[in-house]
Amino acid sequence: MTTLTEAPETAAARETPARRRRRVDRLPYLLLLPCLVIIGVLLLWPLGQVVVMSFYRLNSVRQLRGDREWPWIGLANYTEILSDPFFLTVLRNTVLFAVANVVLTMILGTLVGLLLNRLGRRMAAFVASCVMLAWATPALTGTIVWKWIFDDTSGLVTWLFNALPDGLSQSLFGRSDWTGYGWFNSPLLFFTILTLVVVWHSFPFIAVSVLAGLKSVPSELHEAARVDGAGPWKVFWKITFPLLRPVFGILVVLSTIWDFKVFTQQFVLAGGTQDRPTFMLSIYSYAEAFSPPPKYGLGAAIAVILTLILLVVTGLYVRMVLKQEEDA
Amino acid sequence: MKRVALNGAGLLVALFAAFPVYWMISTSLKPSSEIFSTTPRPVPAEPTLEHYRQILTGNLIPGVTFADFFLNSALVAVSTVLLSGLVALLAATAVARFRFKLRTTFLIMLLVVQMIPLEALVIPLFLMIQRLGLYNTLPSLILTYLGFSLPFAVWMLRGFVAAVPKELEEAAAIDGASRAQIFRRILFPLVAPGLVATSIFSFITAWNELIFALTFINDQDSYTLPVAMTFFFGRDDTAWGPVMAASTLFTLPVIVFFLLVQRRMVSGLVAGAVKG
Repeated sequence: MTTLTEAPETAAARETPARRRRRVDRLPYLLLLPCLVIIGVLLLWPLGQVVVMSFYRLNSVRQLRGDREWPWIGLANYTEILSDPFFLTVLRNTVLFAVANVVLTMILGTLVGLLLNRLGRRMAAFVASCVMLAWATPALTGTIVWKWIFDDTSGLVTWLFNALPDGLSQSLFGRSDWTGYGWFNSPLLFFTILTLVVVWHSFPFIAVSVLAGLKSVPSELHEAARVDGAGPWKVFWKITFPLLRPVFGILVVLSTIWDFKVFTQQFVLAGGTQDRPTFMLSIYSYAEAFSPPPKYGLGAAIAVILTLILLVVTGLYVRMVLKQEEDA
Repeated sequence: MKRVALNGAGLLVALFAAFPVYWMISTSLKPSSEIFSTTPRPVPAEPTLEHYRQILTGNLIPGVTFADFFLNSALVAVSTVLLSGLVALLAATAVARFRFKLRTTFLIMLLVVQMIPLEALVIPLFLMIQRLGLYNTLPSLILTYLGFSLPFAVWMLRGFVAAVPKELEEAAAIDGASRAQIFRRILFPLVAPGLVATSIFSFITAWNELIFALTFINDQDSYTLPVAMTFFFGRDDTAWGPVMAASTLFTLPVIVFFLLVQRRMVSGLVAGAVKG
């Protein structure tokens, strides 16, 4: 820091106002330089590199180190992926999971945001603190706890289902003894639990953002509508939603981006990269590249496909943010 | 009546949100007999610190303790915070205090790079780390997390810098202060709370990260805490007591930091400076 800030100081002392003004023009670029270099080297270059890698057959670490040559295979990695019926399963998993999670997170988050706005001060502070806890918990440990809650012998959920009257449990689910039940074995159940974990982690952000939006809306509008006899459903769709439309737009896009690339929660819940039927794009890419035998080129091609999908969503997001900055 | 229904809903939400955290801490304090009993108790009947003692004193693998993993994680996170805070402060000052040609372009780029799916960069960054000979070293992670946390840090700090009233700097300039003096004596102290908040976000990013740490580190003595946890506890016959104790120790710093930022952001940052 000293070198960057000292320099203009000593130089400025000698300068006439006119020279100083010309100097000022270069200063912002100087200040930006370290940031630009880091973003360029650590984000943009790898982004280009992943595209390059997807055109090669890269099956050993020695190729990565540069000890062996890289055979160019054109689009072969892409044709291999796209012609594999398994890719359709992965794509379906990814899209359905993302849609379900975005919808559920938005609904729960919005409801909690509206609720926080209506609660008394102390109650709102208490509920908000609890909601913050879920937000603050790292994805890793949050998932580990949920895994413990669904443990097949001493987990809370197993106990809960065991505590159901046997007859009821038998008629509803066809079993009364839940000890040893594999909660993570069927893909549908696995995705249900994964959804629970991801929604639990992500609804607080939506709730707090919606609450912040609501606080910026003059409450007279709501009161006027209520005086006119509008029910809560009508008030929300006729007044709250139109006013907060930009906020909702951004939240939906952000959630979509996040839910498309869920990794940690899935990795921990599935206990690694062995559970192929529940693969989604990000873990599929990772597993192809890093589980032996390594296929870095193929993994890179999957990563490119994921990136392209997100690029479209990101385009929407940037347009919305820019529009909001203009309006503000 | 309506009040009761609203409060009831509020309590349900609070329960859903906070229960897993409570359950983690509660489990970590139970003796194994209580953890593995078929009827779970909401509160530990005989609270014990045995699981904490076990993970803190026992060697998880010969020669490496929980404290070593904790230190690895802390070293990586703190280095990331210092580097990204410094670089972000410079960039944020440029963006918030100057009007220059490529300013809008830079801001748009900041937004766009935040949307790059980091999961897609594991493979090319693995290549880069291999080429640089950084495989299996903690600097490989510091470098990676620096790249990840920087765009958001600049984005967030820019708001804090912009919130410092320009008049203060102009007044100082009229009094004959140099640019560096203005930066050090006026801008820096006023932005410091924002810098703390930004740093905490960078810290959490680095502290929580799993995939890259899993991929770039192979030596057990260089494992960060998240990798160590998935590696040693992710087995089928999990010892939930020690796992929950480790999870608690891993989670608590994050929660404390997170709540600190939350409060920091609410309190008006420069209100005092303007009024005084």
